[in-house]
Amino acid sequence: MKSDTYIKRSNRPLQFYAVLFLIVLYVPVLFLPLFSFNDSIYVSFPLKGFTFQWYLELLDREPVWASLMNSIKVAVTTSIIATGFGIFAAKAITRYRLPGRGPVVGFIMLPLVVPGIILGVALLVLISQLGIRLSLYTVTAGHVIVCLPFAIATLIPRFEGFDKSVEEASADLGENAWWTFWRVTFPIVFPGILASLLLTFTVSFDEFIMAFFLSGTDATLPIYIWGQLRFPQAFPSILAMASIILVVSFILVFLGQWINRDAQSESLESTKNT
Amino acid sequence: MTQDNAFISIRHVNKFFGSFQAIKNVSMDIGHGEFFSLLGPSGCGKTTLLRMLAGFEAVSSGEIYIDGQPMSGVAPHHRPVNMVFQNYAIFPHLNVRDNIAYGLRKLKLSRSNRNEMVDEMLELIKLPEYGDRKATQLSGGQRQRIALARALILKPKVLLLDEPLGALDKKLREQMQLELRALQRTVGITFVFVTHDQEEALTLSDRIAVMSEGRDLQVDTPTRLYENPVNSEVASFIGTMNFFDGVVTSIKGDTVVIKVDGLGEVSAPAGKVSLLAGDSVSVAIRPEKFSLTDEKPDDVQYCVKGHLDNAAYLGERSHYYVRVEGVSQPVAVSAQNRNRTGEAEDRKRPVWLGWDSAAVVVLKDD
Repeated sequence: MKSDTYIKRSNRPLQFYAVLFLIVLYVPVLFLPLFSFNDSIYVSFPLKGFTFQWYLELLDREPVWASLMNSIKVAVTTSIIATGFGIFAAKAITRYRLPGRGPVVGFIMLPLVVPGIILGVALLVLISQLGIRLSLYTVTAGHVIVCLPFAIATLIPRFEGFDKSVEEASADLGENAWWTFWRVTFPIVFPGILASLLLTFTVSFDEFIMAFFLSGTDATLPIYIWGQLRFPQAFPSILAMASIILVVSFILVFLGQWINRDAQSESLESTKNT
Repeated sequence: MTQDNAFISIRHVNKFFGSFQAIKNVSMDIGHGEFFSLLGPSGCGKTTLLRMLAGFEAVSSGEIYIDGQPMSGVAPHHRPVNMVFQNYAIFPHLNVRDNIAYGLRKLKLSRSNRNEMVDEMLELIKLPEYGDRKATQLSGGQRQRIALARALILKPKVLLLDEPLGALDKKLREQMQLELRALQRTVGITFVFVTHDQEEALTLSDRIAVMSEGRDLQVDTPTRLYENPVNSEVASFIGTMNFFDGVVTSIKGDTVVIKVDGLGEVSAPAGKVSLLAGDSVSVAIRPEKFSLTDEKPDDVQYCVKGHLDNAAYLGERSHYYVRVEGVSQPVAVSAQNRNRTGEAEDRKRPVWLGWDSAAVVVLKDD
């Protein structure tokens, strides 16, 4: 144990477990980029050689770009709507005496645990009953429902993390609720809003089940990829696409977490407003 | 103070939180330019009352008038009051200048005009160099001053202060007390100050309202609160007080004669309490009103023999606890160490307690 304290002493089995955990989690995923550079249309060992061919091939495939644009459109819209609703919900949950606050929060968080396929079927039934044509709009609606819990879960700690007396101080200094929100609340929770936008964008961008049920003729990227899996010659460039998405998603989520890193720090000393 | 020239008038105010009654039929008047304190233990309703003045809590019944205007239904941002919060509530995302200038937006001032006002405030709170600092980088005392400046720049008619010195250490606290008092004289506006620290209230205030369990027990000047408390609760909350049980034997004009357990027949000023012969009363005498001598004193009106039970040496003065036959609690006596030498003192010796009739306060509790 030497000079280490009881709680901080090193623990070999635990270190081993942590390493194993990370391997199991990431090695399968890392096969994607690995094979995306492999000079063969068959995904199998031994690796043949290094190539950018599949990435270049992507550039020439119109439907890939069309579906990518669809996904971006849906994801941007979804992230803005879900974060917007999330701000109101988080403010209501943390600021007002809400009757049945616990159950309300529970219901809002429910889409996280309801299997996507059930939610997807339910929405499909509802939408066809209402006679609404399936399109990117219906996909967006489904994504908003899926993304709302993520937005709220990201925003609540931000709202809880700052002292509500600064809002009272603003009212006391002559500002009404509207101006208090824009001059005090918004700048303080802004990192949380940014984090929520990034996270919900990522969730929507990668989402498959809702899009599968609710998209019409315009496919989002995951749907397009799913459709291409039938064609072996298309597979390596799908791997290339997937690798790109993987990297971009990782960067977005990491960025979001990093921006919001001090959400629950005990003081507001480190609060960033830009 | 009559109701007519009161600047703030609190009339029969009640406040319920659910079934809990935080404020119980409180009425008081606060004059223009007064330094007025709400004093009481935590949970006595003083902060609730302050928050009702600011408009953060609605009154359940009754009415608050500020400058003649009823305040019911008036939102915090429309009230002619500003508040200094207990934790200062400094805007963490703004620098010192922007914090102080926060309330100026609506006045639509020119930039130079605005800067001038902020500079003036920075000067007033003695932080002229700190304008561009982030407010969160400042110490507690500095934040406190910024909270003050932020409120005072709007020239409110009333400044509400919610235990603003509570978070400061003792030295800084005493310094801020003096500065606060000087500031109040400079700007000449009404201060309503909430504190649980009786010494602080006595030091700062023109008048103090002593509160307990949602009621106002006594509203008076510091001297009168200390010298003429209306009941034993006020008497024991402000400073230390010795209480004795007694029965009124006779009343002659302003003097009342009471047979006090352990002290014998004692005369006292009757004060405002209406008494009849035969009434049971509490007799209260402050520790510093007693004289403590080894020999029987001849320069006091009354004296009684006792036995020193304990003594505490506190530098400029000492506290003694004297057992007197017929009195259940030891009597607390506070004495200046004017003639004290470095010699050790016998802490278990027979002593004489002396007092004058002017020192005796008669209290009649329900």
